[in-house]
Amino acid sequence: MYELFKNLGAWLVDGDQWAGPDGIGHRLAEHLQYSLLATLIAAVIALPLGLLIGHTGRGAFLAINLSSFGRALPTVGLVVLVFLASGLSMWPVYIALVALAVPSIVTNTYAGMSAVDPEVKDAARGQGMRGHQVLFQVELPLAMPLIMTGLRLALIQVVATATIAAYVSFGGLGRYVFDGLAQRDLVQVLGGAVLVAVVAVVLDLALSALQRALFRHRPAKSA
Amino acid sequence: MTIDWSWISEHTSDLTTLTLSHLQAALSAVVLGLVISLPLAVVAHRVKPLRGFLLGFSNVLFTIPSIAVFVLLLPVSGLTRTTTVIGLTIYTLVVLLRNTVEGLDSVPAKTKEAAKAMGTRPLRTLLTVELPLALPVIMAGVRIATVMAISLVSVATYIGDGGLGQLFTDGFQRNFPTPVIAGVVLTLLLALAADAVLVAVQYVLTPWTRRRRSA
Repeated sequence: MYELFKNLGAWLVDGDQWAGPDGIGHRLAEHLQYSLLATLIAAVIALPLGLLIGHTGRGAFLAINLSSFGRALPTVGLVVLVFLASGLSMWPVYIALVALAVPSIVTNTYAGMSAVDPEVKDAARGQGMRGHQVLFQVELPLAMPLIMTGLRLALIQVVATATIAAYVSFGGLGRYVFDGLAQRDLVQVLGGAVLVAVVAVVLDLALSALQRALFRHRPAKSA
Repeated sequence: MTIDWSWISEHTSDLTTLTLSHLQAALSAVVLGLVISLPLAVVAHRVKPLRGFLLGFSNVLFTIPSIAVFVLLLPVSGLTRTTTVIGLTIYTLVVLLRNTVEGLDSVPAKTKEAAKAMGTRPLRTLLTVELPLALPVIMAGVRIATVMAISLVSVATYIGDGGLGQLFTDGFQRNFPTPVIAGVVLTLLLALAADAVLVAVQYVLTPWTRRRRSA
């Protein structure tokens, strides 16, 4: 056990391991590219949807069921299925990752919007605010903490799951996990797994710092 | 992409075996998660200084990717069902712990005071007053944890287990979509069925919430 962790440490700090197209530096960049792009696409789809459902109060049933459907959907199966349907392209990875991220963002955005005090919305309308003004100047700022929670949750899930890209022959940090499993090289597998976990935690901390910097004047939780 | 129905009819017994194995892994994890999280939640609820630590620690566990959890467990328990169940349990803990603590928090202070005034001892209060009243929130956690565990079992296919997840590996290696589609559909159906059973269990266990609604 001790020997294993010593080898793992040596693997992680080895300069050769970080360089070149198979190096950690390149794999890390690939992993970040998959994760950030997928989360961004998911946010572009999910944020307007969540805001619309929250603002109009219609489709709440859809939001709730979408979240449990999303939780139940096996990502590995989805990646393989899209891979078999589309052949060798980046589609399977992005479709699966976006499908994973959308429910978390929609449901948290909706939850944040529905937690906004109705009296505050009434007051805003009473002052003569239009629908879109209420949405963007009152509801959205108040719902922001929960929306950010949804984005953070989605990003963690996506970073963790982007590992699967390597299973269908793409890059990213999952390469080490799957190559290591195939070569029975436990140090490499553990190295890949540790790196993915570190990326997930660091990105989550970064988003939480960004959230604090942007919304400092507001309480941490609106709900 | 077409479904080869003859493959499905030829493999019904395999599909049944895999579905049962899948369910067994997920249920073991949820039961184990409950056994661990219940006492921890009681501690987190009663000892305020430990509360932040326990909830924070379980949140950190959640950020570790599932495939990484399984792989990190390999030196401990190897390519076995035990690894699958331990890995899944770690995931259920986050949801179960948070919901159980929230459930215990939601019990009105007056109800606890009334139990105390009637001379009920703390342990008895916990078992007969607090836990039953916290049950709706705890059950909401159990439902989320169960659906999540059922979906995650297939990740364990990379360490040679994974129940229905094995169909994904099989279909991928043979470039044959039918097992993959069957695996995805069966996983979704299993999650749906388990959730429906849990709703029924909660309905039976909490008759007072029904009476309140009908009154």
